[in-house]
Amino acid sequence: MANRDVVITGIGLVSSLGEGGAAHWEKLTTAGTAPVIDAERFQPYAIHPLPEIDWGLQIAKRGDQRQMETWQRLGTYTAGMALDDAGIKGNDELSATMDMVVAAGGGERDESVDAGVLAASENRTDLDVLINEKLTTELRPTLFLAQLSNLLAGNISIVHKVTGSSRTFMGEEGAGVSAIETAAARIRSGQSTHVLVGGAFQTEHSDMLLGYELAGYLHRGPWKPVWQRQGSEGGGVVTGSGGAFLVLESRDHAEARGQKIYAELGPVLSGRTKRRNGGLEAAIGALLAKAEIPEGELLAISGSSGAHAATAAEKAALDSNPAIAARALSSLTGHMKEAQFPFAVALAALAVERGAGYPAFEAGEREFAGKPRNVLATAIGYHQFEGMALVSAPR
Amino acid sequence: MANLKDHLGRPVVAVTGIGVVTSLGVGKADNWAALTSGKSGIHPITRFPTDLLNTRISGMVDFLPSSAKGASALTYELAETAALEAVEEAGFASDDFDGPLFLASPPVELDWRDRFTLYAGDDEGSASERLLKVARSQNSLDMFDTSQFGSIADRLADRFGTRGLPITTSTACASGATAIQLGVEAIRRGECDRALSVGADGSATAEALIRFSLLSALSTNNDVPEKASKPFSKDRDGFVLAEGSAALVLESLESALARGAEVLGILRGCGEKADDFHRTRSKPDGSPAIAAVKAALADAGLAEDEIDYVNAHGTSTPENDKMEHLSLSTVFGERIRKIPVSSNKSMIGHTLSAAGAIEAAFSLMTMREGVIPPTINYDNPDPSIELDVVPNVKRKAEVRTVLSNSFGFGGQNTCLVMAREPV
Repeated sequence: MANRDVVITGIGLVSSLGEGGAAHWEKLTTAGTAPVIDAERFQPYAIHPLPEIDWGLQIAKRGDQRQMETWQRLGTYTAGMALDDAGIKGNDELSATMDMVVAAGGGERDESVDAGVLAASENRTDLDVLINEKLTTELRPTLFLAQLSNLLAGNISIVHKVTGSSRTFMGEEGAGVSAIETAAARIRSGQSTHVLVGGAFQTEHSDMLLGYELAGYLHRGPWKPVWQRQGSEGGGVVTGSGGAFLVLESRDHAEARGQKIYAELGPVLSGRTKRRNGGLEAAIGALLAKAEIPEGELLAISGSSGAHAATAAEKAALDSNPAIAARALSSLTGHMKEAQFPFAVALAALAVERGAGYPAFEAGEREFAGKPRNVLATAIGYHQFEGMALVSAPR
Repeated sequence: MANLKDHLGRPVVAVTGIGVVTSLGVGKADNWAALTSGKSGIHPITRFPTDLLNTRISGMVDFLPSSAKGASALTYELAETAALEAVEEAGFASDDFDGPLFLASPPVELDWRDRFTLYAGDDEGSASERLLKVARSQNSLDMFDTSQFGSIADRLADRFGTRGLPITTSTACASGATAIQLGVEAIRRGECDRALSVGADGSATAEALIRFSLLSALSTNNDVPEKASKPFSKDRDGFVLAEGSAALVLESLESALARGAEVLGILRGCGEKADDFHRTRSKPDGSPAIAAVKAALADAGLAEDEIDYVNAHGTSTPENDKMEHLSLSTVFGERIRKIPVSSNKSMIGHTLSAAGAIEAAFSLMTMREGVIPPTINYDNPDPSIELDVVPNVKRKAEVRTVLSNSFGFGGQNTCLVMAREPV
């Protein structure tokens, strides 16, 4: 019987803290690392901005870089890091047989064109004609492609030659959960041998903030860490730009090519709770019960957004198990939407591989002093959809 | 007794429910009648003014209550309408389907009318500041939902009582086929006995039209709309933007037989291959599309000479039809001249995210009815594309197997192989 355990063999990470697994490990295990916050550009909202990135390191052709806006560039860059890390980048055969599941939202609209349309609308009543007038003359033709959800995957195919298959899932944090869950299920069933999976989020664009703020989800006022935002002005979410990609492989496939294994990906669980009826805390508890959590102290990387209701429910569910020491990654990176779950899984994998936990990301998080063999990763959506996974040290 | 496992030992996947909406009408009966009589659903755009637009025709669905309520509302209603037809035909409770949902739908963006409303709600600061400020003060869940990529699937999951976290997929013009493939794979993995796969697209807004137009992808044959979509013709000049939806209830053959459900067809195989050549153009040698067709045949356990009919992607763009011919003739060799290959898009236009699902639905009906819908507007054949396109008039034929192609921007190539009967 083929060994189709799912293992993690490549990690690509970018956030306001920097880029790469090693850099994130360094920052996140140094107690008191301060988050990188820009509270000026999008007042009254704080965001965690991208670090300076030399795009050419992963996207060699400037022509390719020009075809993308920042979101696609960020995802393509981060995917390249994961492929590099797994020893797949530049290997034509492995790339051509590699499957891909990308969790994506949409790309950046042209803010100046939109602002022009809105400004002109003040003196017009024929708004539909105004749209035709402005968009036919001012939109850059290729911008459409930089906005299309599936063109992040498309660019990864073009730049990194990953062409086994290409699927894009949409739907905020849930897309990231489904992407990893589906990739793992395909490997376990023998439908795939190695899969590139992940996502990216570029928050430094007013439309990306608007996507939260239409329902009042963004935190306002002085920045606070995730668990301390209840009762603060606004909705509790502070966003960050970032990306996370993983290379998942069957154990056999990874071992046959002698590739280093970070961690084993255990159960991946997902759910859709009808939250307006309440019961999110119980639903998270039910997912925890199915996660095959071992006895003893357990480190958890929580993807909680800070959104008041969802975060309170997750905190209550995690706190009800005194063995769980949770770390809210958004306190240091901000909320990265589609990339949130892949990011949490990546940090969990780093911890089991390094054999050490993370210190508290904020005051009040339980101590974790042991050597983690298993780490839980969660993503409870700010508005809908839930997921978690157990990541374990490689056997 | 039919085999319950396929050639690779996986559960055979049957179709037990089909629903469809296009510009030709609501439901299988109306659509099939129109499709087999060679009727076009392409018409002048009335939803918004077409001043200054190069393309003023489309295959929009203008007859639903949500047709004028924005892309999100219409996409939901299209999906719900098709899914209801499929679930009822399959004989499941329409509020307790209890299998996973896979939805192909277009990426969403806040509608312009909402942007105008937000902008008008304040008069200070930059446009983006005004939108954000008014957004947080209005706190409108209705508007918020139209900006969330998971909302339509979430509503459908509520409506039909599907199980678990619904997956919304976008693989551009292959999305509908991908949604079906995801359902097939879930059943084959033994995760479920049944799945609901839906493709829906109600996103033919002015901005969408303009974006495709700026890429020179659309036909500008405005004068005679019903003649604009002419796949495989020498004078084809682009696709016609359209809307629609289709839903399939996929079910393990074992489950379908056990409950005595009528088997409408078999989803035998799926194949895909990504193209790394260009964001909108295919690799000149057609190798990714060729690989996708071959992968679908291999997955189905069928040889090239066992395909009776090809339901083409056939968009009516100069590039697609040429590339599709190249890939089909490479895979099928000389025999391709004898295989009927027709394009539903000649009548319904290109329904984008829904196309793969709609064309799978029509493929299944083609086999059941023994009638191949024609490629209409085939008055001026492209001499470099030697295909039997079932020109202009439907054809009676025994069709046991169909290959349905879906190709999309971003290097997406997905092919489905369907069969009339289980083996």
